[in-house]
Amino acid sequence: MTPKTELDRRSFLKATLLTGGALLIGTNLPFTSRAEERFGIEAEPAAEFHPNAFIKIAPDGKVTVVVGQAEMGQGVLTSLPMIVADELEVDWKDVTFEHGPPGAAFINPALGGQITGGSASIRGLFDPLRKAAAATREMLVTAAAQQWSVPVEQLRVRNGEVFHPTSRRTAKYGTLLAAASKVTPPTAPKLKDAKDFKFIGKNVKRLDTPEKVNGSGIFGMDIKVPGMLTATIMRSPVIGGKVKTFDDSAAKAVKGVRHVVQLESGIAIVADNYWSAKKGRDALNVVWDEGKMASVSSDKLYQADVAAAATAKGIEAKKIGDIAAGKAKAAKTIESVYWAPFLAHATMEPMNATADVKADRCEVWSGIQAQMVVQQMVAKELSMPPEKVTVNNTLLGGGFGRRLGEYVIDAVKLSKSVGKPVKVVWTREDDMHGDFYRPSAYNKMSAGIDAAGKPVFWQHRIVSPSIMATLGPGLFGFAPPPDRLDDTSTEGASNLPYDMQNLYVDWVRTDPGVPVGFWRSVGSSHTAFSTECFLDELAFEAKKDPLAFRLSLLEKHPRHAGVLKLAAEKAGWYKPAPKGIFRGIAVHESFASYVAQVAEVSVDKKTGKVKVHRIVCAIDCGQVVNPDTVAAQMESCIIFGLTAAFYGEITVKNGRIEQRNFYDYKMLRMNETPKIETYIVPSTEKHGGVGEPGTPPTAPAVVNAIFAATGKRVRSLPIKPADLREVA
Amino acid sequence: MTKLSVNRKQYEVDDDLDTPLLWVIRDSIGLTGTKYGCGVAQCGSCTIHVDGHAKRSCVTPMKAAVGKEITTIEGVSPDSTHALQKAWIAADVPQCGYCQSGQIMSAAILLKENKRPTDADIDSAMSGIICRCGTYPRIREAIKQAAINGGGK
Amino acid sequence: MSIFSNKTFAKLGVVAVACLTLAGFALSERLEVSPVEGSVVNEAEIAASADPAKAKAAFNEAVKVFFSARCANCHPAGDIPTQGDEMTPHAQGVTRGKDGKGVYGMTCTTCHQDSNLEGEHMPPGVPNWHMPPANQKMVFQGLTARQLCIQLKDPKRNGGRKTPKEAIHHLEGDPLVTWAWTPGNGRSVPPMSYEDFMKAMNTWVENGAACPE
Repeated sequence: MTPKTELDRRSFLKATLLTGGALLIGTNLPFTSRAEERFGIEAEPAAEFHPNAFIKIAPDGKVTVVVGQAEMGQGVLTSLPMIVADELEVDWKDVTFEHGPPGAAFINPALGGQITGGSASIRGLFDPLRKAAAATREMLVTAAAQQWSVPVEQLRVRNGEVFHPTSRRTAKYGTLLAAASKVTPPTAPKLKDAKDFKFIGKNVKRLDTPEKVNGSGIFGMDIKVPGMLTATIMRSPVIGGKVKTFDDSAAKAVKGVRHVVQLESGIAIVADNYWSAKKGRDALNVVWDEGKMASVSSDKLYQADVAAAATAKGIEAKKIGDIAAGKAKAAKTIESVYWAPFLAHATMEPMNATADVKADRCEVWSGIQAQMVVQQMVAKELSMPPEKVTVNNTLLGGGFGRRLGEYVIDAVKLSKSVGKPVKVVWTREDDMHGDFYRPSAYNKMSAGIDAAGKPVFWQHRIVSPSIMATLGPGLFGFAPPPDRLDDTSTEGASNLPYDMQNLYVDWVRTDPGVPVGFWRSVGSSHTAFSTECFLDELAFEAKKDPLAFRLSLLEKHPRHAGVLKLAAEKAGWYKPAPKGIFRGIAVHESFASYVAQVAEVSVDKKTGKVKVHRIVCAIDCGQVVNPDTVAAQMESCIIFGLTAAFYGEITVKNGRIEQRNFYDYKMLRMNETPKIETYIVPSTEKHGGVGEPGTPPTAPAVVNAIFAATGKRVRSLPIKPADLREVA
Repeated sequence: MTKLSVNRKQYEVDDDLDTPLLWVIRDSIGLTGTKYGCGVAQCGSCTIHVDGHAKRSCVTPMKAAVGKEITTIEGVSPDSTHALQKAWIAADVPQCGYCQSGQIMSAAILLKENKRPTDADIDSAMSGIICRCGTYPRIREAIKQAAINGGGK
Repeated sequence: MSIFSNKTFAKLGVVAVACLTLAGFALSERLEVSPVEGSVVNEAEIAASADPAKAKAAFNEAVKVFFSARCANCHPAGDIPTQGDEMTPHAQGVTRGKDGKGVYGMTCTTCHQDSNLEGEHMPPGVPNWHMPPANQKMVFQGLTARQLCIQLKDPKRNGGRKTPKEAIHHLEGDPLVTWAWTPGNGRSVPPMSYEDFMKAMNTWVENGAACPE
């Protein structure tokens, strides 16, 4: 992107923000595209050709790809435009992006909503974007054919222009806009042959990097609206607690504090700026009605899980063969319990949202993974039709499943209450305490092998709270009944790829009262740990090499086997590791991608401290759009997985989340980061996701390596060095 | 009113002298490239330079910068051409991007004082800045590339 | 050995230090009592009033301060300071640096200010927050009282302070030292008051600065 384009985009964004969503674009050549009517997009007086929701072409040939997905680091602001640029046949330097509004056109067919999650952006939008771009290209070609009175078949396109080889005539796209806008969009445009892709499958530099290295990128936290006030909210320290009484006299005396507003969620201090709001909040005195969670603590929750695993009736997630018959054949049976704790998302940008509520409309600004849901929520809150609610999505300072958007509502309520635009800022501590946590998972596992070391049964019970019970009502309008499976709890376990003739996976739903949600790789974030470590235990009992054991059970799953072999080859699995270094391996499928990782670790015998030296990662995610983004996402997923493996643990005491900030909810840092190598399996298969599938195999690969190093099996996360010390 | 010099421009603000520089810079002066991440000097997203030294602006009271030159990410180069910014773009370092101002401001001090940092030097200088997206491997490579390109000039 | 202790002021040469490390306490005690050239203290005066048992007892009391978290955290054995009462390695990979002030963009004063900041887990501070420099690490952590005592008197390791009196000068009113008694935000303080600590250290000096066994 040239600096000029960047400037244009920024001033455009600014204009959009300042004028309540009205698009202020040069109006020298106004027209209305039929396609705009067709796609239900509001007609705008603009010089641009806006044939569909995704694409705008300006008279200077600049192509703006409207991205309705949220950019939270995964690279959609580049990968989605790449798909368009390829099919549209334009120069990459002419391509830019714009954050899309909520709109039916942006619904991801893979998810059924305008939601950014489930590693689904490419999976769901590859085909629709190609089709939209191809249709746009055909409209431009048709326009040229009409102008030159030549058959469409004789025309070619290249680098943003249509040309007629016979007559050597050319026309830049920018000169064809008015004519093209009168062409009826084709319903079945011809797509390029994959062998002709110019961008797809190549390393393309991200379009959003320049604004992220000079401070100009706008996150929700950075939104400024004229007349805006800033609020912080004091929420109950106990989950679900309510305000009993409060004394705001000292808070109101703080310089800059304008309003104190009681909300359902707590007491809001609305001030001229953040620091005044924060100081005002510090001066508040609130007495809380702590409610029933005040007696809940982590140790009690764990005991309840143990009891539930032993006695409760499970909900079946998967059944193959007959466990009893399998047990009868077992020469050796092993049983283990695996435990994964609650985890916080801890995005670098704490939650925040800005709202400006007027009598008949509302505008909000925030980084959101589910814009349409937010639009509906706000509309409901204000009893307005959704089209009166403008949602401006910004860059997201991390998402990982946290930023679905419920935090917008408090800003809306406050703006309505004080009659001014209000930005609500969460402190880091608010963010740590107000999360929807990755559910804890208690896993009771048993398996048997016959005399030849072949598995004869596999039984896995998962005890965990239900994500859909927490988030379903708000997100999808329903919650699963208590006797129905929430497969976000069992995914990755119920589809165990290994050849098991007798398998039973069930789930016991608990309700600890701790809000739970989608956390990068969701169920797989814990099922990969339990299944891949327990399988390693089985390989050990069978006296087989962990890799060979896996491969022997994956004959029907060549893509699992493929990534395992690739990772093992690149890591030198069958060659001796450097002295003191030990290897572990794990493989997992999630979001239609297959990832294997080999971890190389050493363990200090005296302290039990684990050092991860290298992680070799192999991914098969089908057809790749931007290989460098795939590599970046694997690096990201692995570091996220290492943070969870070594540090991640949210605990509850007397109803309070105990962790507060990065000093007690630690993140992996530069000096702890291993060398990471990523290898991509060349593939023409349908796309798999990349934002999440790299996380699940990391913890088990590391834990399996720790076993190789110490003979000690870590079955509870996070890994605790004290457990790994060699007893003198 | 307190006079501050930020990126070689003079400002007058009426914040209390104990207000953390972060909020003076973001809310009063209006430069939002410097980010709030933790408020307790744990994450480094708020890193700025005060008279050429790295400072976590979330814990640095404004009074500590009076009469001194403050540099934020917006002032590190006029047009994103600092060797680190160029290296960051070349290596496609950022993911979500939120921590990157702090990363670059920290790395700038490293390169100013060490023209050819080793991996250990990079660890020492950069382990104060958390990146939740895990861009550390690319930050490391970009710093090395910027050093080769004369970033420590 | 105690008969030698009433003479005072060790001067440990480089070779002697090496010997000390290798040969252990018996030898070091011997070295400790060798007369010091150019001592600023009137030896006769000290000899008259010195009570080695009193010196040792005073040091044994005072050393609890040196070993307390507030003081020992910045006097680690390696190059990574510790933090908290548990004395865990300082987060963020903080390192000493050549001058004891950290490195590059990770200096002590990148976070630590001129005063304690209000709020839990906010960085504590006094002006010029730093550790001992790399060439004079003045280690407290992991030492015995005796080892610390010997180090304190060793000009090669104590910053070139030639006499015990000089050596404890740093303790007198240095904000970095007195901070330990006003660490802020509920941090624990050393097990005796600053006044009692200084009294003990002066008792130690005045009684010939003998080191406990």
